[in-house]
Amino acid sequence: MPQITYIQPNGESRSIAVNPGATVMLTAVANGVEGIVAECGGSAMCATCHVYLDEASHSFVPPVSEVEHEMLESATAARRENSRLACQIEMPQGVDEIIVHIPTHQV
Amino acid sequence: MITSISVERLETDAPSTDFDPYTNEVLDDPYPHYEMLRELGPVFYLNKYRAYGIARHTEIDHVLRDPGTFCSSAGVGLANFHTTSPWRKPSIILEVDPPMHARTRKVMGGLLSPASINKLRTMFELEANELLDRVLAKSRFDAVSDLCEAYPLRVFADAVGIPREGREKYLLPYGDMVFNAFGPVNDRFKACLAKAQEGSIDWIGEVCKRENLSPDGLGMQLYKAADDGLLEPEEAPMLVRTVLSAGLDTTVFTLCNAILSFSRFPDQWALLHANPSLSRQALEEVLRYESTFHSFYRTTTKEVEVAGVRLPAEQKVLVVIGSANRDPRRWGDTANKFDISRKASGNLAFGTGIHGCAGQMIARLEGEVVLAALAKRIKKINLEGTPIIHYNNSVRGYTSMPVSVEAA
Repeated sequence: MPQITYIQPNGESRSIAVNPGATVMLTAVANGVEGIVAECGGSAMCATCHVYLDEASHSFVPPVSEVEHEMLESATAARRENSRLACQIEMPQGVDEIIVHIPTHQV
Repeated sequence: MITSISVERLETDAPSTDFDPYTNEVLDDPYPHYEMLRELGPVFYLNKYRAYGIARHTEIDHVLRDPGTFCSSAGVGLANFHTTSPWRKPSIILEVDPPMHARTRKVMGGLLSPASINKLRTMFELEANELLDRVLAKSRFDAVSDLCEAYPLRVFADAVGIPREGREKYLLPYGDMVFNAFGPVNDRFKACLAKAQEGSIDWIGEVCKRENLSPDGLGMQLYKAADDGLLEPEEAPMLVRTVLSAGLDTTVFTLCNAILSFSRFPDQWALLHANPSLSRQALEEVLRYESTFHSFYRTTTKEVEVAGVRLPAEQKVLVVIGSANRDPRRWGDTANKFDISRKASGNLAFGTGIHGCAGQMIARLEGEVVLAALAKRIKKINLEGTPIIHYNNSVRGYTSMPVSVEAA
């Protein structure tokens, strides 16, 4: 089964098995992954599910949409080239693993 | 005799019901009715309105995240704009589908983003404390007019940048009309439309003009977005109107629901009073427990199955978010309990997906700031009479709520 791996700022890592189509944000919230606040519940309105997409996962995920790009400007932790909103990343078909790094803070 | 309704019924295996979600009796206390709807099955059929309905959390979440199948362009009220002509011009953000939607949403998203909204915090806190200085000087007051209406009428309308004169008279009836339109065109809607036509609609049109907006407000920023080519020139005043109509009544009612919930559950107020930093989280529980927005519609673009139930194309689907927020399948055995220590994130009070409320961060800020200011100064809120409910087809709030407070 494919999995999403969350890496905390202290290096702690947790992998959760998911079906294709699962979002990185909802999976984190449903499994109590620390550091994903997701106040708006997935409307790309709050920027509190900010993650850094691992280089190894970059090619599996569609690029940042205009709406997501706009909202990432509101992220509390520094925005980087690999910044994404976890609510906008779905587990693609035929991919074994998506890896994301959680920032130090969301609010 | 086979009626047209029963012919339609043959096409689906959804259980049907004669239940009417819009009667005053139901609106007085909708929650037992919502439980009945959830227990009918994942999808049901409302005979009276010839519409499908969904009242469970998982299925509503799914529908709201699939705008390609459950579209908004056919209207978010009961009428299907694909088959009947709309009562007004459809909203250019609420009632459009991708890819058109993303263009306006991007502008509104930036305008109302946390980075932009957080700049308002200091002013919002100042205004909350000034309002409380005046209100708390009285031993008894009407929580609706003195507090829950007064605060957003001041801070939200100031943030948008419209003139102060006329707000009380014209703004709330306008929003009332807009939210009634998320249901059927019933007597309630018609009465409200007639009332809004007595000045509100004209007044709104006037204050949304560029020359009437403050230079630094949210409204003017929409005109600047049009200057920059991000919007068509005629779209700027339409979106200013959208912000005004969507953001006022809803916040007024959210504050009403907060005051009422805390006066009914003094133990929860005691928790908040002891720790005002819980205000943000407490507001989220208010939104879950007493959703401001209760229901609206989507329209199927093709034949689709939801939880094993087949829905034909071009069908209106009522999504009862007020019920999803009380669904024990999502919230457990305590779904009907008001508990500010709960993690209420994932509630659907603001909807979700691409049409999730664009103004939710400003609404949260207003609610958080008012609750925190009250929590610091008030030990107890007592209800001093029966609150008078404000009947509306889609939103839930009050027209009066006599209270007394005990200062800390």
